[in-house]
Amino acid sequence: MSAAGFIAHLFQWVVFVAAGAVCLLGAVMTITRRNPIHSALWLIATFFSLAVIYVTLKAQFIAVAQVVVYAGAIMMLIIFVIMLIHLESEFVRKRKLSGTKAIGAFITVILFLEVAAALLSFGGRPAHPASGTPLTGSVAEVGGYLYGKYLFPFEIASILLLVGIVGAVALARREKE
Amino acid sequence: MLQGVPSSLYLALSGALFTIGAIGVITRRNAIIVFMCIELMLNGVNLSFIAAGSALNSIDGMMFVFFIMTVAAAEAAIGLAIFVLLFRVKGTVNVDEINLLKG
Repeated sequence: MSAAGFIAHLFQWVVFVAAGAVCLLGAVMTITRRNPIHSALWLIATFFSLAVIYVTLKAQFIAVAQVVVYAGAIMMLIIFVIMLIHLESEFVRKRKLSGTKAIGAFITVILFLEVAAALLSFGGRPAHPASGTPLTGSVAEVGGYLYGKYLFPFEIASILLLVGIVGAVALARREKE
Repeated sequence: MLQGVPSSLYLALSGALFTIGAIGVITRRNAIIVFMCIELMLNGVNLSFIAAGSALNSIDGMMFVFFIMTVAAAEAAIGLAIFVLLFRVKGTVNVDEINLLKG
């Protein structure tokens, strides 16, 4: 292997370990912080590190969309709603971990172990190795597929977003007395 | 010799993200935090789509992630509108106290 290839692989490992660590830390902090604003900020950190991982996986367009849509639009919406709603109650009340919750969390960890076992048997190498020209995930390539093979789902998605906007406005509208 | 990061590690990270999100949904009682945990689970799934698509040299994974993002955006708009409405009616977003459908 050439020196350039070695450095490229080393760089990939370093980026993966760093971004993965930030990602997991942010996720754990999101579900443990008591203040919802802190949770939201940690979740934004998780989304940004996921965008970094997407870049290493050659999905540039998705990485940009991740930052714009998730870290930008959706989290802004969530933070607005947190600020609209009083969330004093959870500060005052002592949060206790009841038995049912502990059992639920334990069962979820078992789910993760099952996924990990499946991964170990999978072995990390795809059954059908990559063939053809390698993808770049650039905007031009993704756009070509989006307006070609995936045109119909794309139009359905736009209708879904329209329904979402109308539904949100209709729900949040205050009834006139 | 040093190899590139195997795709099973990316899938393991995605599984871990999904699990953390699911634990959050089960243990937290604040509806908005539950909602954020659902977003976390969606992102875990997105990562597995991208990792599999990259390993198989297929663009379909990216397309799926694009549509999942669309659904997540619509879901955020509707879900948060419901929380605002619920807070107006009940004065709380604690999921234990939201039992209007019980009759």
